[in-house]
Amino acid sequence: MKCDFCSENATVFLTQLVEGVVKKVCLCEACAQERGVTDPTGFSLADLLLGGTNFQAMQPGNQPSKKNSVKACPTCGFTIESLKQIRRFGCGDCYQIFGTEVTQMLRGMHQGTTHQGKAPAGQVARQYRQQRIDDLSRKLETAIAEESYEEAAAIRDQMRELDQTATH
Amino acid sequence: MMRFSTLIKHPADWMMTGHGGEQSAVLTSRIRLARNIRGHHFPGWAKPKQRCETLRVLLPAVENLSVMKDGFAQELCSLSSIQKQILVERHLISREHAARGEGSAAVIERRQSLSLMINEEDHLRMQAIRPGLQLTAAFQSLSAVDSELENQLDYAFDPTLGYLTTCPTNIGTGLRASSMLHLPALELTSQLEQVLQAVNKIGLAVRGIYGEGTESLGHLFQISNQSTLGESEEYIIQRLERVIKQVARHEANAREKLLDDRPQFIADKIGRAYGILRHCHIMESKEALTLLSLVRLGGSIGIFPKETTALCDALFMEIQPAHLQWSTARALCADERDALRAEIIRARLHSLESPHISHIAPEEKPSNSDHPSSHE
Ligand SMILES: [Zn+2]
Ligand SMILES: [Zn+2]
Repeated sequence: MKCDFCSENATVFLTQLVEGVVKKVCLCEACAQERGVTDPTGFSLADLLLGGTNFQAMQPGNQPSKKNSVKACPTCGFTIESLKQIRRFGCGDCYQIFGTEVTQMLRGMHQGTTHQGKAPAGQVARQYRQQRIDDLSRKLETAIAEESYEEAAAIRDQMRELDQTATH
Repeated sequence: MMRFSTLIKHPADWMMTGHGGEQSAVLTSRIRLARNIRGHHFPGWAKPKQRCETLRVLLPAVENLSVMKDGFAQELCSLSSIQKQILVERHLISREHAARGEGSAAVIERRQSLSLMINEEDHLRMQAIRPGLQLTAAFQSLSAVDSELENQLDYAFDPTLGYLTTCPTNIGTGLRASSMLHLPALELTSQLEQVLQAVNKIGLAVRGIYGEGTESLGHLFQISNQSTLGESEEYIIQRLERVIKQVARHEANAREKLLDDRPQFIADKIGRAYGILRHCHIMESKEALTLLSLVRLGGSIGIFPKETTALCDALFMEIQPAHLQWSTARALCADERDALRAEIIRARLHSLESPHISHIAPEEKPSNSDHPSSHE
């Protein structure tokens, strides 16, 4: 049997069960060493077949640059072509930008399509607080412009209160 | 901060295995969480300068974690390849992480039960390892670290999709929970495939490594969750723990059945393994794994003292290439490694007495207090 990564003879076989089917990856000694498939106590096995695609071919500059026709993420410049090719993302914002493709990709990949687990509580609270502060400062500007100083003072109090909760 | 030599001088906390009972088939439990920083390019897509920028944001927050007090923190480019290899062999960083250069760092808690990789496939890959079946405890300790970090950092998080990751297979909880299981009796009684197929049917992944023969290397298998989105962390872990307990029980039953039905067969297997390990002078790592696995089985079924299982687990680690080379403080060729491996095994097993084969003769079995299914 030949190595799946080069043409040497395979001596190491990583098996995994996927949807009831035994999937076998055959490796020669050198490729097994390189990929860490020699240590059955290694936890990296779990990520070995799922992860590990390299981005090198996709590095900025190596990308097919048909700038006008290609849909790209405004935050990181990752293109939809790259996404289709390596099935990885360039940054967190890509998930929003490529929403349609994300929905397609996630179909059948997981047990569900909506997050049920932990949320970063502090971060959510911080974002909410920032939103409130932005809202209040807009109101404050209007109040000052309209010379309703009593209202402006009340808004300032609210803002001060928010500031105090932030330090705790 | 802790030096590398101090860090690895002691075995990791999670290597202190050797608890008996029905779950002696479970070596270790690991929880891994993937997190990314909002607005930063993911490591694979980022340019070196951007990766370093992410590191500058992350490293102080990670180093200042309360659990990392007196811990180990290094950029990977400041470690030698042997040092990185040792961290890989100890499961403190991944091989993929070790291969990364500029902008990647490892932060490791002093007891080695917690480690954080900066700029692996995701900005942050953090993991907790415990001995035996302790997925819930491992998750709780890691989740506390995650919450502490989240107070200072803005993660890439979406209310519907959860934690956003480089690869969509990790999205949602970013959680990979896994346990390492030692299943020699299931394999020797040809029940393994059937059991593992059943595990897989309910959406969990099973992995093992085989050499040229039909037996797996060291009879070691990893069971982990595949799905990360649509279920809570607690739910994923509970289901996994339930299944692992079932597999461990099947293994315990298979051990009992082997002792009942084929006492001579099992005594011969374990006795031969012991004989070779006690008297070898050249030992390849694959053969060592297979033989140590049988001696470990002997420890769990009362042919050897109970402590033997922990001894074997420690040896699994100690006989790996980088650990061997670190112990001699120089690079070794493959032949030298095989000789040194044999020497270490002989030394460690020196005080292990010949197997008490009579212990497993059918008529004496009821008095055997180390029998895996008789307690807990
Ligand atoms: Zn190869
Ligand atoms: Zn992006």
